[in-house]
Amino acid sequence: MLITLDINRARHSLDLDPRVTLLDALRHHLGLTGTKKGCDHGQCGACTVLVNGRRINACLALAVMHDGDQIITVEGLEETGASALQKAFIAHDGFQCGYCTPGQLCSALGMLEEVRQGWPSHVSPSLEPHPVLTRAEIAERMSGNLCRCACYPGINAAISEFGGAAEGTTSEDAA
Amino acid sequence: MTITLTTDGPAEDRMPEMKQGLVGVATPRPDGPLKVTGRAVYAAEDLPEDCAFGVLVRAPAPGTITLANADELAAFDGVLSVLQDPAMIRRTAQGGAGKAPRQGPGTADFAGQAIALIVAESFEAARHAARTARVIVTGDPGLIDPAAANPEGEPKAQGDLDSAMREAEHTVDVTYRTPSMASAAMEPHAAVAWWQGENVTVRSSLQMLKDNRAELADCLGIPQDRVRLLAPFVGGGFGSKLGIAPEAVAAALAARRLGRPVCVVQERRQVFELVNRRSESHQRIRLAADAGGRLLGLGHEALVSNLPGEDHIEPVTQASRFAYAAPHRVVGERVARVSLPTAGSVRAPGEAIGVTAFECAMDELASATGIDPITLRLRNIPDRHPQNGKPFSSHRLEQALTEGAERFGWAGRNPAPRQRREGEWWIGTGVAAAFRVNTLTEAEARITLTSEGALVETDMTDIGTGTYAILTQIAGEALGLPVDLVTVRLGDTDLPPGSGSGGSFGAATTGNAVWLAALDLRQQLASRLGCEEGDLSLQDGEARVANMRRPLVALLNEGSLTGHGHIRGGEALKQVRQATYGAHFAEVAVSDVTGEVRVRRMLGSFAAGRILNPLTARSQCHGGMTWGIGMALTEGMVLDRRDGHVVNRDLAEYHVPVNADVPPLTVHFVDERDPWAGPLMVKGIGELAICGAGAAVLNAIHHACGVRVREWPATPDRVLVGLA
Amino acid sequence: MKPFDYYRAADLTEAAATHQPGSVFIAGGTNLVDLMKLQVMTPDRVIDIARLGLDRIEDDGDGLRIGALVSNSDLAADPRVRKRWPVLSRALLAGASGQLRNKATTGGNLLQRTRCPYFQDLATPCNKRTPGSGCAAMGGELRNHAVLGTSAHCLALNPGDMAVALRALDAVVEFRDAQGIAHAHPIAGFHLPPGTTPDVETVLPPGALITSVALPAPKGDRQIYRKVRDRASYAFALVSVAAVLRLERGRIVHAALAFGGLGTVPWRDPAVDALLTGEAPSMVLFDKAADLLLHPAQPREGTAFKLPLTRRLLRAVLEEATQ
Repeated sequence: MLITLDINRARHSLDLDPRVTLLDALRHHLGLTGTKKGCDHGQCGACTVLVNGRRINACLALAVMHDGDQIITVEGLEETGASALQKAFIAHDGFQCGYCTPGQLCSALGMLEEVRQGWPSHVSPSLEPHPVLTRAEIAERMSGNLCRCACYPGINAAISEFGGAAEGTTSEDAA
Repeated sequence: MTITLTTDGPAEDRMPEMKQGLVGVATPRPDGPLKVTGRAVYAAEDLPEDCAFGVLVRAPAPGTITLANADELAAFDGVLSVLQDPAMIRRTAQGGAGKAPRQGPGTADFAGQAIALIVAESFEAARHAARTARVIVTGDPGLIDPAAANPEGEPKAQGDLDSAMREAEHTVDVTYRTPSMASAAMEPHAAVAWWQGENVTVRSSLQMLKDNRAELADCLGIPQDRVRLLAPFVGGGFGSKLGIAPEAVAAALAARRLGRPVCVVQERRQVFELVNRRSESHQRIRLAADAGGRLLGLGHEALVSNLPGEDHIEPVTQASRFAYAAPHRVVGERVARVSLPTAGSVRAPGEAIGVTAFECAMDELASATGIDPITLRLRNIPDRHPQNGKPFSSHRLEQALTEGAERFGWAGRNPAPRQRREGEWWIGTGVAAAFRVNTLTEAEARITLTSEGALVETDMTDIGTGTYAILTQIAGEALGLPVDLVTVRLGDTDLPPGSGSGGSFGAATTGNAVWLAALDLRQQLASRLGCEEGDLSLQDGEARVANMRRPLVALLNEGSLTGHGHIRGGEALKQVRQATYGAHFAEVAVSDVTGEVRVRRMLGSFAAGRILNPLTARSQCHGGMTWGIGMALTEGMVLDRRDGHVVNRDLAEYHVPVNADVPPLTVHFVDERDPWAGPLMVKGIGELAICGAGAAVLNAIHHACGVRVREWPATPDRVLVGLA
Repeated sequence: MKPFDYYRAADLTEAAATHQPGSVFIAGGTNLVDLMKLQVMTPDRVIDIARLGLDRIEDDGDGLRIGALVSNSDLAADPRVRKRWPVLSRALLAGASGQLRNKATTGGNLLQRTRCPYFQDLATPCNKRTPGSGCAAMGGELRNHAVLGTSAHCLALNPGDMAVALRALDAVVEFRDAQGIAHAHPIAGFHLPPGTTPDVETVLPPGALITSVALPAPKGDRQIYRKVRDRASYAFALVSVAAVLRLERGRIVHAALAFGGLGTVPWRDPAVDALLTGEAPSMVLFDKAADLLLHPAQPREGTAFKLPLTRRLLRAVLEEATQ
């Protein structure tokens, strides 16, 4: 089946078996292996990409269902103004093996946009006011991205620094 | 030239002579930019042209196996081959095996074993065929329940523990049960193989390339020099990638048969079955103490399991042999032979669960005696190895405990449980000691000095441990070069054989090899300057001797210099007991309504010799502490009682801690130089932080709500049964 | 994943016309693609309904009409839902992960299938996956299994969070059948207990497509969703409670309690609600409610803990809701 994907602001035409997931389209058909396959079942978050601005698990998305969609992967982050987040991950040692990192980065960007939109989370004390980017909020909202090396302190510190700077919010105990 | 050193005694610390100021300084990973941009290449990436995809077929149960519809599968659209090659392996090799594990596809030793490989033009076609495979199992599955087995082995007895237990003022006699656990590295095991004539190259996710090369060559029946392994980036290991695994062998065999590259990635559900698990354990712990809490006797007996023929017996009591003084002792393991997935090394084999259970029992003794848990431990630190009388190379448990206690705010703690409450939450704190044996294996490294800087080369891996960073720092420090003039190449068996990553020996072993290679270069530079190496000062790309300053580049005469280092462990490993020590502190909240536990803060205090890079070392400690949280609260493989298959074989149901499970973590490093650990005086840090971490959490649960959870993980149901 | 034909439907009529035996509709795909990869589900035809435009939340009198394709994220964040149906927001936010909630839809989530590991394992018998093959969960390892509404054929737990809240809110599921006729079915009875046909999970006839969920005005202002799970986030419920209560002059005048983690369907027992209604809140009353709720439970090794856990959770939730 012929589809077009707009990936990192470049158009790609692909002829795909409808069984191909967005993740495998990136990794096997386009050579964009920055997006990782950790579980292939929506249970780890390593494959997180931004589709039309929202974070999703690329492993559970059929590529043909995203014909025409705008997709941002880790390879496109530098151009989208996220290089400060990438630098913060390095500075705070927000990764060890690095395999979950592309998903963490994309997830963080999607998550910060959700906070900007005022979405509450499971740990928001109230559903009403605009959420504040506390450490607990970051931790809950990033819990869809497993890190077995367990760099959560570094990840949260990096996101806090990047998100806090952009939003004027603070994290109470970033490392 | 090569500088070779066998560690036969204490070393001299030459680090203070070095001027660049890199070692011991928090240094970001040089591999960071690649990892945050998606350009770091892991196993199943950068696939060669015309690469086919393979998916392994699983045996549903142990027994004799027949793939009943192989012909049908071979005729599926896109399928290239249904491979059932006698050279395929049935088990993942144990760490350091160096030879093929059990081979042949006709029998499954346990449910989930790989019995065939389907190769197809596309991943989708291969997966569909593998899923459609009809596998018939016949014959006796063998024993499934370790408790029903007649176990092998006998713990070692010294003195008379039974009498000590009868006569002691205070005793503890408890059994802790720990489930099988999974390493669950984020990158699934994967391999891509391609042949050029008689030679095969395999990029795979592996920790120990020199051993893995030997294992793969043995599997394939070819000489080692025809096998090249690549593992420049490894998405987590934790012991799971120590030995060659079924997908790598199958990929190489399929690529040879088809004459084209083949990529095989274990599906996540397969990773849970094919990769060696941490054995479950039943640990009986006996403590006999006098009124002052001094141990008269201790018993630590563990029942673990493994497949018949596997030599890995989870060394649960490894640290109990030297952790505490006591004249009367029974310490050791028994192993039940069962048809369950292979047991092997998972992060800190032995101590991870052994120290954790023992430190829970020590907390029970503290409760029984009414002695503060830290005081109790301090009173039982041995002067020499309690079983063989050997001296300790360096022993910093007391400092780890006291410095940690001060930073955590332990003083003034009310020892009685159920004293602090916030709403429905009971609040408590707990402490545990950490112990881990330290070792040094063998490694070689090469450094080439050119006008571009230094190139460090070894087949060592970086599995997230920070190898790229620390080798950069070591070479830069010794050669007087800033980090941006040092390049480290790893993960290629064409390079000098490093130690590989495992058993916390990587930094000490390969680090010292790089250090020796740098000393070799320093000698060559000194001879070009006509001075003694010891008089040479190297900094910022300059050589300085007395009042003379020369750029290093000028000494190269437009050529290059190469230094070689070779280190191996010697008498220093035998004459003394080398170990790392630490202390864990945790504060938890336990819901009186649901039994849910939330860790509110943790502090780890660790003595592991010289800390090369506080940034990456701290991250490794965060990892270990988090694994402790997982061990205490969330992790456990569930094996079906009927056929032993892993029931919760995915990341939705095998619960590794998520971000929200992990509180702020504080890491403190105790100042230590251990001269017996080699010239760098560094010891392993990657495993120490898991040993006992869970005990601090479990002891804090008891302090919070009065419940001892002796079967882990302490999920809400298990806490709830003890709540009034 | 078995090969399938893929169709992208332009409208509801086309979606219905394209459907034939062996077809499935796909929207978010978070559950379906997962199960298709495992070949637990093997459709011949996959009909993409994601672009049908059923993605709006509209005022409907004093209630709301939630389009079937509204994502879990959008529903949880909707200001009206947050203000008047907070139990629904809370239930959604307690489920899955941010990424999954962005993809999962209202209609799809209602049809989320069990997490029973034997259902997901092609090597073990399962009456839900392969009718008549047996139930490997019985005699196997139980944890995330049901204690209410089970049968001799199936112990599979309904894993939902959203559906539990909808159950307490008396939502109505609106769907079109294969002939294009619109139907509305109360969420009570929408999910079917296994009985002798565990493979039949809802009242939806073949080819029917959920178009929306109608949410009536809330009957209680005291709303709580509380979920107990094995880790702090990103895990299915061991037990969860959705409570919607109203008090007048110290007495409970409306009580709606629904439960996750307990039943083969999102569980609500009208007798429990009736017991509470008209009464003054007390621990004795809450215990009676727990007795009544759990009386028909059939705990087994591995799931017995759910009974005391539910009792404690119910008492705490009712205490909080009636303060």
